[in-house]
Amino acid sequence: MPGKLKVKIVAGRHLPVMDRASDLTDAFVEVKFGNTTFKTDVYPKSLNPQWNSEWFKFEVDDEDLQDEPLQITVLDHDTYSANDAIGKVYIDIDPLLYSEAATVISGWFPIYDTIHGIRGEINVVVKVDLFNDLNRFRQSSCGVKFFCTTSIPKCYRAVIIHGFVEELVVNEDPEYQWIDRIRTPRASNEARQRLISLMSGELQRKIGLKVLEMRGNAVVGYLQCFDLEGESGLVVRAIGTACTLDKLSSPAAFLPACNSPSKEMKESPLVHPPSHGCRSTHNSPIHTATGSRLTQNFSVSVPTLIYTGMGSGSAGKEGGPFKALLRQQTQSALEQREFPFFTLTAFPPGFLVHVGGVVSARSVKLLDRIHNPDEPETRDAWWAEIRQEIKSHAKALGCHAVVGYSESTSICEEVCILSASGTAAVLNPRFLQDGTVEGCLEQRLEENLPAGCGFCHIPYDELNMPFPAHLTYCYNCRKQKVPDVLFTTIDLPTDATVIGKGCLIQARLCRLKKKAQAEANATAISNLLPFMEYEVHTQLMNKLKLKGMNALFGLRIQITVGENMLMGLASATGVYLAALPTPGGIQIAGKTPNDGSYEQHISHMQKKINDTIAKNKELYEINPPEISEEIIGSPIPEPRQRSRLLRSQSESSDEVTELDLSHGKKDAFVLEIDDTDAMEDVHSLLTDVPPPSGFYSCNTEIMPGINNWTSEIQMFTSVRVIRLSSLNLTNHALNKNFNDLCENLLKSLYFKLRSMIPCCLCHVNFTVSLPEDELIQVTVTAVAITFDKNQALQTTKAHVEKSLQRASTDNEELLQFPLELCSDSLPSHPFPPAKAVTVEKTSPMGEGNFRNRSAAPCANSTVGVVKMTPLSFIPGAKITKYLGIINMFFIRETTSLREEGGVSGFLHAFIAEVFAMVRAHVAALGGNAVVSYIMKQCVFMENPNKNQAQCLINVSGDAVVFARESELEVVSTQQPAANCQPACTGGEVTT
Amino acid sequence: MTSELDIFVGNTTLIDEDVYRLWLDGYSVGDAVALRVRSGILEQTGATAAVLQSDTMDHYRTFHMLERLLHAPPKLLHQLIYQIPPSRQALLIERYYAFDEAFVREVLGKKLSKGTKKDLDDISTKTGITLKSCRRQFDNFKRVFKVVEEMRGSLVDNVQQHFLLSDRLARDYAAIVFFANNRFETGKKKLQYLSFGDFAFCAELMIQNWTLGAVGEAPTDPDSQVDDMDMDLDKEFLQDLKELKVLVADKDLLDLHKSLVCTALRGKLGVFSEMEANFKNLSRGLVNVATKLTHNKDVRDLFVDLVEKFVEPCRSDHWPLSDVRLFLNQYSASVHSLDGFRHQALWDRYMGTLRGCLLRLYHD
Repeated sequence: MPGKLKVKIVAGRHLPVMDRASDLTDAFVEVKFGNTTFKTDVYPKSLNPQWNSEWFKFEVDDEDLQDEPLQITVLDHDTYSANDAIGKVYIDIDPLLYSEAATVISGWFPIYDTIHGIRGEINVVVKVDLFNDLNRFRQSSCGVKFFCTTSIPKCYRAVIIHGFVEELVVNEDPEYQWIDRIRTPRASNEARQRLISLMSGELQRKIGLKVLEMRGNAVVGYLQCFDLEGESGLVVRAIGTACTLDKLSSPAAFLPACNSPSKEMKESPLVHPPSHGCRSTHNSPIHTATGSRLTQNFSVSVPTLIYTGMGSGSAGKEGGPFKALLRQQTQSALEQREFPFFTLTAFPPGFLVHVGGVVSARSVKLLDRIHNPDEPETRDAWWAEIRQEIKSHAKALGCHAVVGYSESTSICEEVCILSASGTAAVLNPRFLQDGTVEGCLEQRLEENLPAGCGFCHIPYDELNMPFPAHLTYCYNCRKQKVPDVLFTTIDLPTDATVIGKGCLIQARLCRLKKKAQAEANATAISNLLPFMEYEVHTQLMNKLKLKGMNALFGLRIQITVGENMLMGLASATGVYLAALPTPGGIQIAGKTPNDGSYEQHISHMQKKINDTIAKNKELYEINPPEISEEIIGSPIPEPRQRSRLLRSQSESSDEVTELDLSHGKKDAFVLEIDDTDAMEDVHSLLTDVPPPSGFYSCNTEIMPGINNWTSEIQMFTSVRVIRLSSLNLTNHALNKNFNDLCENLLKSLYFKLRSMIPCCLCHVNFTVSLPEDELIQVTVTAVAITFDKNQALQTTKAHVEKSLQRASTDNEELLQFPLELCSDSLPSHPFPPAKAVTVEKTSPMGEGNFRNRSAAPCANSTVGVVKMTPLSFIPGAKITKYLGIINMFFIRETTSLREEGGVSGFLHAFIAEVFAMVRAHVAALGGNAVVSYIMKQCVFMENPNKNQAQCLINVSGDAVVFARESELEVVSTQQPAANCQPACTGGEVTT
Repeated sequence: MTSELDIFVGNTTLIDEDVYRLWLDGYSVGDAVALRVRSGILEQTGATAAVLQSDTMDHYRTFHMLERLLHAPPKLLHQLIYQIPPSRQALLIERYYAFDEAFVREVLGKKLSKGTKKDLDDISTKTGITLKSCRRQFDNFKRVFKVVEEMRGSLVDNVQQHFLLSDRLARDYAAIVFFANNRFETGKKKLQYLSFGDFAFCAELMIQNWTLGAVGEAPTDPDSQVDDMDMDLDKEFLQDLKELKVLVADKDLLDLHKSLVCTALRGKLGVFSEMEANFKNLSRGLVNVATKLTHNKDVRDLFVDLVEKFVEPCRSDHWPLSDVRLFLNQYSASVHSLDGFRHQALWDRYMGTLRGCLLRLYHD
């Protein structure tokens, strides 16, 4: 009997009136765990009952503890008829199962009903007594910590990063069971919520077991998703990165394995000044791959693109042999793994050696009923196939690992598109095994890797490249080759040298497709996909050039399938990497050169484009220092040479052959205007309006070039659905509608948040879905963070002028430690070590926040403030404790849509309720924020004729406790600094 | 392309003060957008009309959802659904319960019943305040009235505690509730020159001195059957006021009173002769008001009577305010020197308040 769960029901408040006669309620509570149920007494005639129950005790297996949610039902007692349910609370008790997280769950929880929404609150206390029982055959994995955060959590350091863990479980969807025809919508919704809660518990436990097998103790970058496959079932799948984490304030926190790389980084040969001067060629590198059919299920594997920038040339002198050695070592470390994938997007210093480019794979599947839920082999096989493809793409780029890895699906009826993408990379093997590989390699590594540009250097062998490409010598160190454009799915590395600011870049695309059934449909979709990928890539490239930038981070391409169309939406954050060459311009070429007025029009457009580029350079402060050719002294293509990129012509049949062409060899980045469509495309390039002044936006964690965040943050979700008029459904009109939808949405956000200026929208996450034939739904979640403008100017200026020595370390400091390995935090310690203070004081953030502290929420509110953010950190604060993962799934349904304010009113209220329930759970765990918050699903269906609507929302994040930096300083100064001299050095080294 | 659904939900609920005001003022979304456009916001922010429309809709939806909570402000503080900083919560509540001077003058002292609600249309037409806004204000009055009606203790405190209003606004509501409860007539043409502030001032004085709560025994014995509310005038006190009749009924006493006042004020009053000539009329007026207060009808007409019997005669003789003050002070004080008069305390309780009220009511 390894665990005892104890629950106490304290009180209720704001209950709804259940008895119209008395305007009161006779409430009681059922507490259910597994198959055991307890009841409280009826508290008669009150809307604010005080049950003050005894402790209800459940004696359960820890396996059940992990799988089952605690289910609390509030009911209205009725002597003559059946008791009416007021609502329920599901509490995931997982956070109580590992020692370092929460010890008690206690607080007010909103009572939720799937039909009526939140109906009052209930105060509950939950505790778990765990009996350790380590020697038995484990089915449970209590004690494995889960983090949604895609970097090493702040109060931990990574001892070993083991690698990829994945699992999926399937079941029948209760909504589609025969019984659903005879039960109420409420019963059906609750069955679904409960099932998904159970399944995610089971999934988490299974993943935990895998982690224990790998001898890890945590999963970082845990991403769990639901596939609502309709008739064919319900799939819950998760991926993550298994790690062995060490609590930071423990004595072992400053082992050499942790701080040596960064230390040496700091002392390593310094970065050369960012220098530029010549334009280089650009290629559109496309790597195709084909998959095979699965035996049992129809499937089409789609030719896949690898996005990367590349060039040609000979190897750097020292680079060659070293690279080989490194590769060898890494390879051995990674070879044991089936899939050397990492869901992390930010890494400990020194972890990421080189980045190859984006690798992605998609496959179109036909869903069929899952016959045996215990054997989810088909789905497993599907994903295994895709992962294999990703792995081989990475190999083709000379990389042995994939970082920033993620998987997603898009389902429409029986067709499902599975997608996976990540960034091919070469990693430092030291973190991948038990810290034994040190010494010579490491030494060499440090010598050869100048901070700030190392990751840009190509990982593949120049002499044996998988595709034709152009390379130049790194503009930073001059020693190694770099591509001219770099696309990645990860966050900007902290040590990267960036010029100016970054910006959100989106490519948007729609393609009509004929309605079709089964295989014909799947084939049609898979035929369209490569073109979509290609066009998305072209758009991204054009927009990047238009911004005068040369690299994309956080690239996420989402392809959504609908009945009669496909939508592609790519978001990324463009930056100017100092190590990469200055991007060339865009040149427009007309098809009919004899027509005078046309010619004029073309030149007018050209001028507009050139103006836009110039304006953007100014806007984003991209002014790389000019450097003359001689200094560069390396074989770089002629300055005025341009690379060519052909627009893909949407309906033309020679498209396929173009795909295999590598346009890179041609010498200009030319947009050929050969038809009206093309003209429109150029126009649409120019219609993307920049955010109003004082606003920046990015989809990465932090905005390159902004470093003095103040503590004011505002997380939000915005949803828009548009109905297309069926008359004008052409690709072109569709594109325009979609483009307008996204642009208008962004404009609205800027307008709404104007009071926060100067501010930056971070982690802007767009999700597109096609709920019905003519409906497009776009959901955006992001966080707006204010920053101190004056300080921003100073620091950027200082940053540019700063000596090279400081460049890398400085950057890290300014970026506010979001990504560091050994961050400083202190929960298990009664007193925070003085180290935190030292670090804080050296950071410009410290002062900035101190000054802005008045903006902090007032403390006298009766309800504690819980911050929510999609980022892994809270500006101006330190995360002192991780309390566990929040993973919640809600269904809301209404049969009185008009009365609830129509679809907008309904969804607005529901999302507000979801936020409230997340906040309540975090507060009950003792936390004051959710970081790495993500709304993974928001499925909205309406039937206005029946006055009905239904919505499913799935959210997750990490519950944390944070403390304002200024508060920390106060505490720390009271503490004599004597307690950790070694810690101080450690801290400085790591930041 | 039409927008089917368009929402924005922040972890911290966004409140736009300007839009809130437009919403409170009862403008439709369309009118609010037009008004915002006119304010020049598009030029300032570079936004489009569509953006403004969407933003306005969104705020209106939020306010609509918050309105339920605003009906019971403590709920707004304890609810979990909308995370709103305390300063913003206070602003929401304060603005929601704020009212228009023009509106309150129309309904002050009227019964807050459904019958009156039908008149809201007329009030809206008359005052130019939108019907929606009138309805909100009226419902606020009624809601506050209902909640504090049966409560013990200080009216202002009760309002403040249950509606979390600022001190100023809570006092105003206390006055409104007090007037509605006692149904004081304020709408007569004669009284049109008086502002809500004038009445609120009087109400406060009356609550402090003329109600049961004013006696101040209640808090010590919460279980007592005494009707210790601030809402109703102290019946016993009103009954006792009949005793004052002697001041005008007894001719000697009246003459003595007059001579005391005249002696004291001779040479100090610009309008001495007018005062001397009018003394008996004025005194009769003031004392008769007191003695009639046992009848509900006369309580309702209190302000009409005060204006008719005192303010108007003085005003027609062009008494300056300073003379009115001197006179009233002397008039009240002199009673203490009337040996035959035994109800000094009663007189002070009556006249102290009445003097304050009259001075406030005495203007053009």
